[in-house]
Amino acid sequence: MFESLGEKFERIFKNLRGHGAISERNIRDAMRDVKLALLEADVHFRVVKEFVTRVTEKAIGSEVLTSITPGQQVIKIVHDELINTMGGPGQPFSLQPSTINVVLLLGLQGSGKTTLAGKLAKRYMKQGWKPLLVPCDVYRPAAIHQLRVVGKQVGVPSYDQGKQKKPVAIAKNAVEFARKEARDLVIIDTAGRLHINEVLMDELVEIKKAVRPQFTFLVADAMTGQDAVNSASAFNEQVGIDGVCLTKLDGDARGGAALSIKAVTQKPIVFIGVGEKLGDLEEFHADRLVSRILGMGDVLTLVEKAQVTFDEKQARDMERKIRKQTFTFQDFVDQMQQVRKMGSLKDLVGMIPGLGRQVKDMQFDDREFASIEAMILSMTPEEREDPEILNGTRRRRIAQGSGNSVQNVNQLIKQFNEAKRMMKQMFSGGGPGFGPFRKKKPKHR
Amino acid sequence: MSKRNANQPPEKKGLFARLKERLAKTKHSVIDRVKTLVALRGKIDEELLSEIEEILIQADIGVSTTAKIISTIREETTVRGVKDPQALITAFKQALLSIVSKSERPLTPPTAKPFVIFVVGVNGVGKTTTIGKLAKRYHDAGKSVMLVAADTFRAAAVEQLEIWAERSHSDFVKQSMGADPASVCYDALTSAKARATDVVIIDTAGRLHTKINLMEELKKMVRVIRKLVPEAPHESLLILDATTGQNAINQTKTFSQAIPVTGIVMTKLDGTAKGGILVAIRDLFEIPVVMIGVGEKLEDLRDFNPQEYTEALFES
Repeated sequence: MFESLGEKFERIFKNLRGHGAISERNIRDAMRDVKLALLEADVHFRVVKEFVTRVTEKAIGSEVLTSITPGQQVIKIVHDELINTMGGPGQPFSLQPSTINVVLLLGLQGSGKTTLAGKLAKRYMKQGWKPLLVPCDVYRPAAIHQLRVVGKQVGVPSYDQGKQKKPVAIAKNAVEFARKEARDLVIIDTAGRLHINEVLMDELVEIKKAVRPQFTFLVADAMTGQDAVNSASAFNEQVGIDGVCLTKLDGDARGGAALSIKAVTQKPIVFIGVGEKLGDLEEFHADRLVSRILGMGDVLTLVEKAQVTFDEKQARDMERKIRKQTFTFQDFVDQMQQVRKMGSLKDLVGMIPGLGRQVKDMQFDDREFASIEAMILSMTPEEREDPEILNGTRRRRIAQGSGNSVQNVNQLIKQFNEAKRMMKQMFSGGGPGFGPFRKKKPKHR
Repeated sequence: MSKRNANQPPEKKGLFARLKERLAKTKHSVIDRVKTLVALRGKIDEELLSEIEEILIQADIGVSTTAKIISTIREETTVRGVKDPQALITAFKQALLSIVSKSERPLTPPTAKPFVIFVVGVNGVGKTTTIGKLAKRYHDAGKSVMLVAADTFRAAAVEQLEIWAERSHSDFVKQSMGADPASVCYDALTSAKARATDVVIIDTAGRLHTKINLMEELKKMVRVIRKLVPEAPHESLLILDATTGQNAINQTKTFSQAIPVTGIVMTKLDGTAKGGILVAIRDLFEIPVVMIGVGEKLEDLRDFNPQEYTEALFES
């Protein structure tokens, strides 16, 4: 229906790049498109207006006009200004040792507070903290039960509020309980509420007064439209927030709400939710989101994902094998399994610069992986090591064994050989440091 | 508004503080604002049109539908020579209403037995709550209702629906967490046919429309439902959240490609979000809006009234 913001910028700037030198008029034309793109991405009208004015002013400077590559320079200004609005480099959020850290989660209904509570608990438990989940949503049916189930899934206890029905008392008692039980991270899940409901807003103020959280997070849905500025500023002004967690970023929402919220609250976006599983929580990086918006890909996230999932030694072995062309079906299936650990194929491919556009309409069915895996696993170890020996009889057997047709098997072998050839080319021309998998630590731009 | 927390640092007075002040004042209807604008200017000019444009964008109506409305108004003034601001307002209302009231219809009264209602949407839009209210409605109308917990994924989704079933005096069918939702549907419809239940409402797990496998799961559920009741689901309702921006268009597009969506329910219209995206959706799709949700109470589910919606679109 609409182009994504990234695609739009890509097109806009392709036009700009075409000009040797750009005129004031070129910039104004481009900025009108930038404005439309941002509005379609749900950035609030006034935030857009202000942004465009700022960028136009900067771009119309003489420096740009006399520059050799003015188009590039405008791109840089748009990019930098977007990062500025989003809050510069990610601000660190860290827990304090040997004290009770209290984190209060609040937000509108359905923004994903309970799921986020579970994700935070999981993340910090893994780092050695001892979280306690506290259910303060006494209104929505089964909300308390939901938090308890989420807690069980991640192996974190939930505070048993007993017969207590008052959220303020539950929160207060829970912190007391955490002190006795030597829990050092208390995550308070509150009921979703409208920012215009005075009674419930007062309740949040009371909870905050009673437990004095170190961090109060506004949990906001990435799909939110223009109203994001109203709800975010109401929560910030009436209760006071320290940061924002943006949820449901795994969809195709362009997330303009992030810009709006940041603009009205001046509070950093700290975490982003990127999936339904409780491990699907990432730190927010403004530069990455902006890069993604601008169609520059998101190499850093990809690198980090790869680093978490890939064993460095394994990766080096793999590279050596590819170089020496001893890459086999066994390696292929190993590699595939590791890639699958990193997330869905579409997400991964979307992060590669320049590819985001091409894959937009491609259907990635992760189940195709399963069928390929089945074929490879139906091969004997000997066949996996040396695909050359795969004659007609063997191929038929593999097809039957894996529930595929012989054509599928043929196709797989063909693709495998092509991939091998491509890898060889990459290495002969590309020098060392294949892909992101070898780098130790990504350098931030 | 004096409930500011003492721990808050003093606010920096800058662009964004001013922005907030401006936003706090958006408490009049759009019609009122246009009237004020017109009164101030006394004539219809491009600046007036661009201010109307701004108001529409801020209601989430979206860039392309806003452009369409503005060009309709512009036509009134240039081609038909409307000079009177009052006439412009009438034209403006008319442009909005004609988009919103297109192929409008209420929720079908239960014709078949069992009458199967299939409810879908992304995460957190209010599917389960809407179902609870809907069940109450049918119960009050003297129908026997069955609620089906086909959200076997989200923690406590089954329990949440079960409580709504109690509140609305409905039968309740569930399986364990993680069960195949299509199998839950099969069970439910088998039993609904045996018990001669009037209305069966199926609650599905929230899913982002970009997850292909989850959209496939919905298709499978519909296939299984049709094995038992060939003409079902009689209504497939897509629930949209009024706070959602332009993404609601993608949601509507993708969900209606996967299953035959027969109606839209817009929830959370009791906040300050204007739900203007509904105008864009009515403009782009032939799917009627059948109901709106305006609160958490059982009776807060209402029939959609285009006239009222248009009038109230920009009130807060």
